[in-house]
Amino acid sequence: MNDSMRLYDVALSSRLLLGTARYPSPALLAEAIRASNCEVVTVSLRREAGGARAGEAFWSLIRDIGVRALPNTAGCRTAREAIATAQMAREVFATDWIKLEVIGEEDTLQPDVFGLVEAARILADDGFKVFPYTTDDLVVAERLLDAGCRVLMPWAAPIGSGRGVNDVFALRALRAHFPDTPLIVDAGIGAPSHAALVMEMGYDAVLLNTAVSRAGDPVRMAHAFALAIEAGREGFLAEPMTPRDMAEPSTPVIGRPFDRLA
Amino acid sequence: MLLQELGYDEKTVGTALNQEFVRAKDRAETPIREGDAVEIVTPRQGG
Repeated sequence: MNDSMRLYDVALSSRLLLGTARYPSPALLAEAIRASNCEVVTVSLRREAGGARAGEAFWSLIRDIGVRALPNTAGCRTAREAIATAQMAREVFATDWIKLEVIGEEDTLQPDVFGLVEAARILADDGFKVFPYTTDDLVVAERLLDAGCRVLMPWAAPIGSGRGVNDVFALRALRAHFPDTPLIVDAGIGAPSHAALVMEMGYDAVLLNTAVSRAGDPVRMAHAFALAIEAGREGFLAEPMTPRDMAEPSTPVIGRPFDRLA
Repeated sequence: MLLQELGYDEKTVGTALNQEFVRAKDRAETPIREGDAVEIVTPRQGG
């Protein structure tokens, strides 16, 4: 069964996008990527002392695995910082994909949605394929699409919190409102069941990092997420039954033995 | 010149001057003045 998704002009068969940060070692990172079957990993740009070469070694590892890189603008606090970071990322990683983050608040790491929309418009006009990390706000989502985004990445909960979906109704509303836009839940996923839930709700994919990298066994957890996301997607396609308030017997009532004695 | 002096591989770094991106091909012709903020970044793990 061909159930690939398209993100901009690229068809992908895996619906898991995996972060590369905070793994116990580069070897475990590589193993986790392979165990997850993901085709896209997120990467970033940071200062490094000249001659240190850790950045080169990391980038070489990712290229050897053969996955596509989605650079982020993590930590940027203004549209201007995010735009310059995106431009540097396009050159260094040789991709026009950018996971656009403009952080507005330190405790929750929630997006500054005003700066986000501003940066998204400028970057989209400059030819970037923008993947905006946003809240579950419907109006902001509309503005991001107006700005030229063709994919939206709403949060489930604050980055690294592992809380799962904070507002299931808001995510349902987004999905219902944008039936044809690829929607990727990004941030806040802690357990495979959280990922399965959003996939059952019809989300196109899940982006996560800490839930795998900080698990006791990151490689096994990467595999668990792959299974959960596939199961959730299959469940969505199979159209779950409508819940009821009262019981309904699953075994036929007609022909029940002894029912004439009652 | 600055990148070479500091020991960077020019192909795997991104550069910015005063929060404005500087393309690799423009580096040689971009003057740096006293008080300028130079950013030199390399690939790193990210979420």
